[in-house]
Order: sequence, then structure tokens, then C-alpha cells
Amino acid sequence: MSDKKSVSQKLLSFLGRNSVPIMFMLICAVCIPLSGFSAGYLVNEIVTRMGRNTFLILCLLFPIMAGMGLNFGMTLGAMAGEIALILVADQQIWGIPGIVLAMIVSIPISVLLGWMCGSLLNMARGREMITSYIINYFVGMGLYQLVVLYMMGPVIPIKHASIKLPRGYGIRNTLSLLNMRQYLDDFLAVRVGGIKVPVLTFLIIGLFCLFIVWFRRTKLGQDMRAVGQDMEVSRDAGIKVERTRIISIIMSTVFAGFGMIIYLQNMGNIATYTSHSQIGMFCIAALLVGGASVERASIGNAFLGVTLFHLMFIVAPKAGAAITGDSMIGEYFRVFASYGVITLALVMYELKKRSMKSHAGQELALAQKEEGADK
Amino acid sequence: MENNLAKDRLRSAIRQFGITRLIIAGFLLALFVIAPFVGVDLVGQITNTINRFSWNAILVLAMVPMVHSGCGLNFGLPLGIISGLLGATLSLQFGFTGLLSFVMAIVIATPFALLLGGGYGWMLNKIKGGEMMVATYVGFSSVAFMCMMWLLLPYSNPTMVWGLSGKGLRTTISLEGYYDKALANLFQINIGKLSIPVGTLAFFALLAFLMWAFLHTKTGTAMTAVGSNPEFAKASGINIDRTRMLSVIMSTWLAAVGILVYEQGFGFIQLYMAPFYMALPAVSAILIGGASVNKASIPNVIIGTFLFQGIVTMTPTVMNSMFHMDMSEVIRVIGSQGMILYALTRKTEGSK
Repeated sequence: MSDKKSVSQKLLSFLGRNSVPIMFMLICAVCIPLSGFSAGYLVNEIVTRMGRNTFLILCLLFPIMAGMGLNFGMTLGAMAGEIALILVADQQIWGIPGIVLAMIVSIPISVLLGWMCGSLLNMARGREMITSYIINYFVGMGLYQLVVLYMMGPVIPIKHASIKLPRGYGIRNTLSLLNMRQYLDDFLAVRVGGIKVPVLTFLIIGLFCLFIVWFRRTKLGQDMRAVGQDMEVSRDAGIKVERTRIISIIMSTVFAGFGMIIYLQNMGNIATYTSHSQIGMFCIAALLVGGASVERASIGNAFLGVTLFHLMFIVAPKAGAAITGDSMIGEYFRVFASYGVITLALVMYELKKRSMKSHAGQELALAQKEEGADK
Repeated sequence: MENNLAKDRLRSAIRQFGITRLIIAGFLLALFVIAPFVGVDLVGQITNTINRFSWNAILVLAMVPMVHSGCGLNFGLPLGIISGLLGATLSLQFGFTGLLSFVMAIVIATPFALLLGGGYGWMLNKIKGGEMMVATYVGFSSVAFMCMMWLLLPYSNPTMVWGLSGKGLRTTISLEGYYDKALANLFQINIGKLSIPVGTLAFFALLAFLMWAFLHTKTGTAMTAVGSNPEFAKASGINIDRTRMLSVIMSTWLAAVGILVYEQGFGFIQLYMAPFYMALPAVSAILIGGASVNKASIPNVIIGTFLFQGIVTMTPTVMNSMFHMDMSEVIRVIGSQGMILYALTRKTEGSK
């Protein structure tokens, strides 16, 4: 009886579960005609941005699997990717070999940073997200700058003057990757009616998706999901909880490093001190816009999210200008939307966690009811 | 015997003061000692440190009530700052000048702080246990939302709006003629080059004293009880939700007043993205002062603000004249964020 829901109920629960993507679809539907962009331009932009960002967004899935929430520390991987690119660019290795080499170089750096982040998060259980958020500042504005701005030159040899700051140490604010620019995207690229499809990049993303699907079925993947469900039970079942959690963060960091390299080869230059600072926030927002939540996210969420979020991102300034006559409104609106969607997801997650807790014990619920009656 | 006792006492004193605090205090002391030898104007730097202390202390004080009621560190400080900014801009808009504009800014900011703080507190009561992360993002999204509002709200005071279009507030608004140094110039003491803004310090002392007194009233004790042992508090008939909400409102109001005091010292109102990162310095200051995620006192605020601002003022100048290389920003970030990380990863008694 009870599992037969009426159609309207089903529809309502569907709407409830997907309220964020639907809301963004509505925003886009209103903004696209107002912005006055042509369909071809928009599709082209979305395809480019999809190739650029999807890999980065997918690396968020591992910590979510292990129940560690949204990994704000994914920026660590992005920084590892940047450092690797700087080192490779200094050796003047360009093109696809340069990209592959950068990916290989980024692995040890990512593993080290990921291990550090994972260990710290194990010490801050129950406060993972805020801690990973602070780690992101600590490393991004502290350690990274220390290494790149002061140690590159005297400690880590940098040969080329085009990379170094004129004062003799530290890396320039922007680093041109002209000889690496879109090499990955252009290789095997196909043009469909004026729209460039970066086949190789999509192939890499596709392989990564297959890897994630396969990984979920492995022993380690199952362990991760078990840890995500209930730490104590998995510990009793003989799973090394701490180790599994650290591995999930390390994997996320390593893949974020790869993702950042794909992202930067598309952009064609590195803003040495700012490229990574916003990347975590945008990736997390995009994933959430795609309908993910703090404890559940799928590959589909990532793809839907990247499309909707970037569509909003492209059209918002123009649409804002059309409505209010001031393009800054649209700029601020998209910032607000990014932060707003993260806030909403966090609140929903905490609400759900609490309601589940209160459902756990009938007695507790009864006690709460009595307390409510007293008021 | 005697010797051992003294040693023990020393050891317990060190433990009470906290080893990290000792290191930071030692670092600051070293900076003060080195400063004259590398050609830094020590008196000027001390004046700077005291001034900065007076600007920031109330923002740090705003952390206290929420820590006491167990809501954790108030990463949502920007919400209170926004109430303060609304008060400031409206006070200027209505044409108040001088010290009166400062008083009116506080008066106008109060209802906003109560309203926003109330809503914020209500929400935090729904999500007990996850306050800090949500607070961070509530702060961020409210700042981003207000960015749109600063452009859209119908302000018209010519000193505040963009000169060309005549609408939309400027990113920085000079307070000259309004409440620039309104408190600092009250009873200012000048000894040679050293100047002490007694008015601002007295204002902070007043608020700190009120906070101290409040924490010793019945409601204040209840607040501490809610934070340190919710079960016990519930059993003794304290309304937990209401107490927490009160603490959030107090924190928001203090943040609003804090930003106004900051502005009167700084001389400018900073709008748009400026409040974005204002929570982090305040959070690390109180942690450096020896507070933890669920414990904070007025001495923590005073010591923490002094140490933090001292380091912020002293490191760039001393480092610059020593090495001709400004690493201070990086050191400051590593120090302050490291402090927050340390507090977050420490096992706290009575955590949920």
C-alpha cells in the first residue's frame, strides 16, 4: 500500500529532490533571451568550458563517497598541478609531452599535500569541511606563496628569465603557456557546424568516468562507501577507516592536479597566484547546481552542473546589464548564486543529518515532543 | 622542595598561558627588540599597534558570546559587519555629521543587527553541530547579495555615490567631516610621538566590561552552561534555543559596532567585497589569545588582538628593513591560518 505513491506525490518528491537544478534552469531560461547571445556562441562556449572544467569537478566525487563532504581542499591538487607546470615550462618541454610530463610531476606533490590534508581531516572529524576550507587558505596563501614566490630561484632552480621575476627569485604573476595552449584540445579536434569539439579532452574525461564507475565496484571503493555510511560499523568490520579516508583525499588531490593541468592548457596561461584561489569554490558550486548534495553526488550531477552553472555564468552579466543597465549587477549576481547554492546545500545537509539523528531514537523524539508541549 | 614547587608553579603557569601563545608573544617581543637596531621607528610602530588594537578589538570581542553558547567560532561575522555598513551608509545619507553621525550609525545599525542576527540565530538552531561551515557561507552569500544592493539601493548623498552616474555607492567612502576619528580624538593623549586613542580604548573597555558583567548575570551563566554542557543546561530548565539565539544576536550586534569603530579609526567605509575576509583575522586573533572552539574569555580577546595586530604591524616593517624582502604577508598567513587549523584539529571536551 504505502509504496504505491500517486503521480502527483512522485512529481512533488522529484521536484523537491531536484529543486536546485530546476531553479537554475529557470534562471538560464530567463537570462538567455535577455543576454542576446546566439545559440551557436553559447553551445561553443559550453563545450569549451565542459572540456575545461569537468575533470576538476569529477575529482570531488571521491571524498563525498567516503563521507567527508565537499572537499574544499581540492585546491591543493590544483596548486600541485601549477607547480608541476611551472617546473616543466622551465625545462622548455612543450606540447603534449609537456602536458603529460607535468601530470607525472604533479603526482608526488599531490600525494604529499593530499596525505597532509587527509591526516589533518582525520584529526578534525565532524568538522571536515571547515577544516579543509582553512587548509585551503593555509596552503594556498601561505605555503604555496612561500614556495613559488620566495623559494623558486634560490632553493628550487629556475633557469628561464621569462618565468622568473626580474628581482631574481619568485615566479612572474602570469606565466604564458603559449606552446602548450589547447594542444590537448586541438589534437583530434572535430568541428561540427562551427563548434570545436575537443575530442581528446572528452575522451580523457570519459575514461575518468569509466574509472570512477569501475572504482566504485572495487574493494577499496566499497570500503570507502562503507566508511561514508558509518565509520564505527566499518571499523568493526575490519576496514582501516583512517587509511581509507586519507586515500580518498589523496585520490581527489591527485586527480585535481590532472584536472588543473587540463584546465590551464585550455586557458593558455597561469595566473600564478590567483588561478587556484577560486577554483574550488566554482567546482563545488557547479557540482551542487547539478543536483548533488553533500553526501551524494554522481557523474551525471557533474555534467548537468557544469552545463547549467557555466551557462548562468556566461549570460548573467549581459542579462544583468539588460535589466538594470549596469553590468556589475550580473557579475555580483553570479558570485551570489555560487555562494548561495553552496550555502543552501550545506543547510539542507545539516537539516537532514539532524532529522535523521532525531528519528534514530523514538524515545528521544518523544522527549522532544514533551519539551515542545511544555513551551 | 622549595625549588621544585617553584618549578611546578612555573610549569603550570606556562601551560595555562599556552605554549603557542608563548611562542607568538616571544616572536613579537623579539620584533620589538630588533626594531630599533634595524632603523625602524619604534615609537611610531607602538602607536600603530595600539591604534590597530583599538580598531579591531570589538570585532574580536564579537566572537565571545557565540563561543560561550557552543555555536563555535563566528565565521558569519560579515553578516554583522553588513548591519554596521547599513547603519553607516544610512547615517551619512540622512546627513548627520561629526560624532553624532557615529552615534546615529550605531542606532540605525541596531535594528538591522537584531533582525539579521535573529534570522541567523534561528537558522543556526536548526543545524546544531554544523554551525561553522554554514556560518562561513552565510557570511559569503550575504556579502555577495549586498554587493548588488549597494548598487541598487537609492542612495543619493554625493560624497557616497559614484560621481559620474550619480547612483550606486562607491567602493570606499571617505569619512572626513563625518565620524572620521570620532572616538580616537576624544581625550587623545600625546606623549612625544606616542599617541594613544583613549576614547576608542575606553569604548572597547566599556563594551568588554559589559560583556564580562553580562557573563556573570543569570542569563550569562546560562549561556556558558549551554555551551559547555547542553544536557546539564537542559536538565536545569534553560531554554537552549533561546539562549543560543541571544548569543548570536549579541555577536552580530557587536560585529556591527565593531566595524563602525574600525571605520572611525581607518577613516573610510569599505563596501562591496571588503567584508568578505574580515572574519578570519578576528577568528585567528581570539585563538591566538588562547581561546578554543568552545572556550573564550575577555583576556583572550585583549591578549589575542594585541598579539595579532602587533605582528601585523611589526613584521612588514622589521622584515623589510632587515632583508629588503617582504615575506611578512606569507608569514602572517601561515601563522594565523595555522592557528585556526590547530584549534580545529584539537580534540575538544564536550564536543558534539
